[in-house]
Amino acid sequence: MRLRNSRTGVTLAVLIGCAPAVAAAAPDGELRVCADPNNLPFSNSAGAGFENRLAAMVGEHFGQQVSYTWWAQRRGFVRNTLKAGKCDLVIGVPAGYDLVETTKPYYRSTYVFVTRREQHLDLSSLLDPRLHRLVIGVHLIGDGGNNPPPAQALGEQGIVDNVRGYSIYGDYRRADPPARLIEAIADGEIDVAAAWGPLGGYFAQHSPVPLTVAPIRDYERFAPQQFQFAIAMGVRKGDHALRDRLNAFIDEHRLEIKSLLRSYGVPLVEAPVTASGGHE
Amino acid sequence: MSVRGFARLLSVLCAFGALPSSASAQTDLASRMKDPAQWPMAARDYANTRYSELDQINAANASRLQLAWTFSVGADRGQEAAPLVLDGTMYVVGPYAGPYPNRVFALDATTGELKWSYAPKPEPAAAGVACCDVVNRGLAFDNGKVFLNTLDNHTVAIDAKTGKELWHTKLGEINKGETITMAPVVVKGKVMVGNSGGELGVRGWVTALDENTGAIAWRAYSTGPDKDVLIGQDFKPFYDNLKGEDLGVKTWPADRWQVGGGTVWGWISYDPDLNLIYYGTANPSPWNANQRSGDNLWSASIFARDPDTGQAKWAYQLNPHDLFDHDEINENVLLDLELNGQLRKVLIHPGRNGYMYVMDRATGEVISADAYEFVNSYKGVDLKTGKIIPNEEKTPLVGKTVQNICPAAPGAKDWQPTAWSPRTKLLYVPHQHLCMDFKASQVGYIAGTPYVGADVDMYAGPGGYRGEFMAWDPVARKKVWEIHEKFPVWSGALVTAGDVAFYGTMDRLFKAVDAKDGHVLWQFRAGSGFIGQPISYRGSDGQQYIAILSGVGGWPGVVANAEVDPRVRNAALGFTGATQDLPFYTAGGSELLVFKLGGAKGEDTSHAPPK
Repeated sequence: MRLRNSRTGVTLAVLIGCAPAVAAAAPDGELRVCADPNNLPFSNSAGAGFENRLAAMVGEHFGQQVSYTWWAQRRGFVRNTLKAGKCDLVIGVPAGYDLVETTKPYYRSTYVFVTRREQHLDLSSLLDPRLHRLVIGVHLIGDGGNNPPPAQALGEQGIVDNVRGYSIYGDYRRADPPARLIEAIADGEIDVAAAWGPLGGYFAQHSPVPLTVAPIRDYERFAPQQFQFAIAMGVRKGDHALRDRLNAFIDEHRLEIKSLLRSYGVPLVEAPVTASGGHE
Repeated sequence: MSVRGFARLLSVLCAFGALPSSASAQTDLASRMKDPAQWPMAARDYANTRYSELDQINAANASRLQLAWTFSVGADRGQEAAPLVLDGTMYVVGPYAGPYPNRVFALDATTGELKWSYAPKPEPAAAGVACCDVVNRGLAFDNGKVFLNTLDNHTVAIDAKTGKELWHTKLGEINKGETITMAPVVVKGKVMVGNSGGELGVRGWVTALDENTGAIAWRAYSTGPDKDVLIGQDFKPFYDNLKGEDLGVKTWPADRWQVGGGTVWGWISYDPDLNLIYYGTANPSPWNANQRSGDNLWSASIFARDPDTGQAKWAYQLNPHDLFDHDEINENVLLDLELNGQLRKVLIHPGRNGYMYVMDRATGEVISADAYEFVNSYKGVDLKTGKIIPNEEKTPLVGKTVQNICPAAPGAKDWQPTAWSPRTKLLYVPHQHLCMDFKASQVGYIAGTPYVGADVDMYAGPGGYRGEFMAWDPVARKKVWEIHEKFPVWSGALVTAGDVAFYGTMDRLFKAVDAKDGHVLWQFRAGSGFIGQPISYRGSDGQQYIAILSGVGGWPGVVANAEVDPRVRNAALGFTGATQDLPFYTAGGSELLVFKLGGAKGEDTSHAPPK
């Protein structure tokens, strides 16, 4: 079945223009999470995302109630939530993300090609000559003219006219705006979608039409563009105490976290081992 | 009352009785422009000169300027609006912030007494989707009505006497990344409005609304087929490469024009004799250049259009296939200049790309285009073909670090409007002096999706200063004098018949300078940095007043007012690096400041009511 938010619209509990509060101490026993109210599979206001589930696990581990500050995860998200002192924890950010202090990564995923199973395209390489004629959907990041990695790699090969862009922002009045890209495959608007793994994996899992999800290969020649990213949790800069407790939680719950992610269809990849034997 | 929803509430109109007939619509604004006591539109006049004929304040007495009164608009974000003054009443609008976003105030222009205020109820989500701070660049006025654009895409007509809403029309969708930040301009009874949000892949347009009803008369898109761009039989571009059918489609990869940007968030000028409006369009979007092959018409272009029908008369593209985010929404100042012994009807467009364009405003021919800033991203403008010459060495590529690209993304000059004095024959140009590096970047993260973008790092240009206020002679094609400033000069300019020019700095100084030589005559240290538009008018007491909003913000200023982390050099699309130290000079503010001469012999400065 197609995932649809049963409510007609998504209400955003946003506070505008308030002077940023000094980070008020959370009431004891409260885990204050900053999250997007409309962005499955990560999070939504109904608590259906894997980041909601993960937050609940953390809360249980710490013996704290989870409370949320909702804000669309786009430019200004960290500024208006975590940095404004309204909440203390972002469940998903890229490892080393500059705007926050990050924990150890708790998973690593990859960009994927999503295709209709019935087409048997078996598509995984960025260098596949069929990419010159198939209709390819990509997300458009929007702010400041950033292509997602697949769009950049296609452009470098002159693959432009058959590429369709789907705004990552979409129409925020509808449920899960980034899902339009995956729906476009099911609907036959496009032949293949190049999407970030967790999005592609989850919406493919829930698609009315059987879809195939394959990690993107042959990306080396497009360096420094990356196609795999490690994801961590984020706290306010300087909040080492919370970071350390979260690191301990991640270390103790690696298996549960992995099975939670798998149940949401998130494609997991291992960190590449460097020549010296260490991890990147 | 609320400005929510799609339907225009015509019943609202009926509630306020008969509407003024449109017969008077032709003359009201034009006649007010002739009265130096008033400041009837953001740019003061259709030619966009921002020149006041008042001369009570002059180079000899400007040192006696003092604060007459102040007023808080109640929202500490970027204050870019120009106050308007009509029949002794000042109208001013606040940014989209605080408990009453985009609130409009009517004040006695002489005493500062509050007459009424109007608070729209915009959509809260708007703050999350606006690109660069939440500014509003001002109101418009005609025939007893004040016109407001809200950030969430409503144009509202308000009764100037009572503050009651007369009509509102929704023009765009905030949830798709569209916003409106520009000041509307009224031409022949039509309210002209353009959209913002080019960073999010929206399609640019200008829309004309009937000033009495809010009904849409026409809409001209910046991209797409001729029928959408309103290009027809009358379209006569000067250059051959701009002639041809549906170039707004053919100069893009398949279907990309549908979200091609080219928004219209700057200024509109109007020549009543030629019956043409002029405006510039923003950069193409939202794709990186390598996914955007072609010239991407009609982004980064100037249009001349018939205001009655919207039909294009000519167009000229300044930056084909823009690589640098060089919107060309900057003002087009309409002047009649003697060039090579001939009187020419020109427009002057201080390009974001760093070139001062002097164009024939009847035909769209580029007469001259000289660098007014340090430029290395282009090699000049070929006056035969009208084409700018790119510098391949400075082409930004993802993953390739390209250093020292000048000017930076905000260009040599951004939205901040210039002023022209017919007395000194000089254009007063507030602008920035920044270069940038493009680097393979850190990871960005939007809606759960990581990506590697281009890191843009901006910094002071050669000489180590970041802003400049200068006087430019368009006939001699050269800079006459300049004042260097620590930060980008992001405020507008004003020049008067007293030969005094005014501008504000981001480090909280409002300055009066000698229009002839740039000598600083007076300065005032305010509560917050300036990015507003100074205006001048005459009060009911016969005194000349100068007014400007203080309140830092805008693209370079969010670091000081919106808690962008100054330690993160590439926050706010790379601007933070260039203005990292701003929080040491200023925080946000929301104060309207009004000045007049004081201290003359025997003058009562008590502000006490008369006995």
